[in-house]
Amino acid sequence: MKTGLLIRLVALLVLVLFLVRPETFAGFFGLFTKNNQPAIYNQGGLLDLTLNHLAIVAAATLASTIVAVGLAIVVTRPFGAEFLPLSRSLANIGQTFPPVAVLALAVPLLGFGTAPTLVALFLYGLLPIFENTLTGLTNLPPAVTDAAKGVGMTGWQRLIKIELPLALPVILAGIRLSTVISLATATIGSTVAARTLGEVIIAGLLSNNTAFVLQGGLIVGVLAVLIYDALSALERLLMARTGQLGRAAA
Amino acid sequence: MIEIDDITKVYGETAVVDRVTMTVEPRSICVIVGTSGSGKTTLMRMINKLVTPTSGSIRIDGEDIGTVPAYELRRRIGYAIQGHGLFPHRTVGQNVATVPKLLGWDKKKTAARVDELLSLFQLDPAQFRDRLPNELSGGQQQRVGVARALAAEPNILLMDEPYGALDPVIRAKAQEDLLAIQRKFGTTIVLVTHDMEEAIHLGDKIAVMDSGKLLQFARPAEIIANPATPFVAELIGTSERPFRLLSLAKVADHIEAGEAAGEPVDAGASLRDAYAELLWSGRPSLPVRRDGQIVGQVTLGALSKLAARPQ
Repeated sequence: MKTGLLIRLVALLVLVLFLVRPETFAGFFGLFTKNNQPAIYNQGGLLDLTLNHLAIVAAATLASTIVAVGLAIVVTRPFGAEFLPLSRSLANIGQTFPPVAVLALAVPLLGFGTAPTLVALFLYGLLPIFENTLTGLTNLPPAVTDAAKGVGMTGWQRLIKIELPLALPVILAGIRLSTVISLATATIGSTVAARTLGEVIIAGLLSNNTAFVLQGGLIVGVLAVLIYDALSALERLLMARTGQLGRAAA
Repeated sequence: MIEIDDITKVYGETAVVDRVTMTVEPRSICVIVGTSGSGKTTLMRMINKLVTPTSGSIRIDGEDIGTVPAYELRRRIGYAIQGHGLFPHRTVGQNVATVPKLLGWDKKKTAARVDELLSLFQLDPAQFRDRLPNELSGGQQQRVGVARALAAEPNILLMDEPYGALDPVIRAKAQEDLLAIQRKFGTTIVLVTHDMEEAIHLGDKIAVMDSGKLLQFARPAEIIANPATPFVAELIGTSERPFRLLSLAKVADHIEAGEAAGEPVDAGASLRDAYAELLWSGRPSLPVRRDGQIVGQVTLGALSKLAARPQ
């Protein structure tokens, strides 16, 4: 655990250093260039692109979370139970559409830029969060939900005070999956002119510059690992805080 | 007083509870006994509207519960279940304070009540109040569960196999605690169990259920002496009858004058315990002790007569 934390800390520091002073690493990336190609991406700030990439992912995941959790809450209430199959298939459709197809369909409607990427990521992020929220809300210990009813909590009070707090770690696991998928998928957004780290990779592919491809790929990869681990740690903390460490994490 | 009037619950084609009528007297303990699937739990859960009856009605102190919103009714009725059902993300103190908080008690009154109840259940408030339920032993969790059920001083306490998950030693202690608390607060208790021994020990009256029907509703002595059906007799266990009968009475009520030798028995012990001690030590009589004083004796002959089928 200690060494793992150290490795992550080092990875974070190296990443930040690279984003702030990319030329420090020019020697390393120079190894992958041919014919005097530039070693470091030179068509825009890497830091700027990374922040934009993260902002798009954050916005899309936040929207997915609000809609997916809201939907899962509605279909687990008595009045919404009949919409459970419908909402499940809707979220599934969102997942089976390849993100490229969503981009292609969204561009005529929304034009080029960030908007179609946001829509694709939003649709793509719905299913993991929706499924996990459903699991979290429906797999609560029966004695606990029975007791919550038996002490005289209203449906609303049970949701806010008992069901959501206990389901939170599982919901968070869904958000974590969604975030990591979106981090990777957002690179494709650059094909429709969204400002993401995909630009670096695409520029590298177009000019046959492996160094660019590596830079874009590595930044996205390290970000994904770090964010995944950070959210996992938060989940464990929540499990312990809610006295459920014994229960298996989804 | 809980009046259950011709109540039926049908799931699909089967009547899980079939036209049951019974009245639970105030300040008494009513134990509903039956095998699993007998409808005993469903019957109990209709009292706090966790299950809606198909037909029939239930009145609490004369008020038809059909007219009261379910959550309001449940806040007035204590509810303790097997596996305690404590909220795992809330501390012991918060768990016990659940109903007072729902009822909007002020903080000071709630805190005082929480500490009072924890002390009553031999859980030092300072030590246990801020712990999470999973840091407690099974017996302690169960006590917190009952403390939570009693927090808002309900007149009625429903208990669904509350001691099912406890080992025999802790269960016996928990049963004694329950009897003491029932005497202290005068709570009307409806307790569901499959254990006839527990029913005889705790119940002022026992309701025996099978396949949704109420077979017999009577005092323990009556059920032991005159079981209404062969099934009731089987539940009691024919070879257990004399001992169950003895377990109903205390030594204190059957002291005879005279002196006996050897280790004395406590006046508060049940006749069954005294009888076991007589047989085990091979003595014809035991001295009886009350508050440290020898006050008389119980004899094997007298107990044997008491164990015989009442005429």
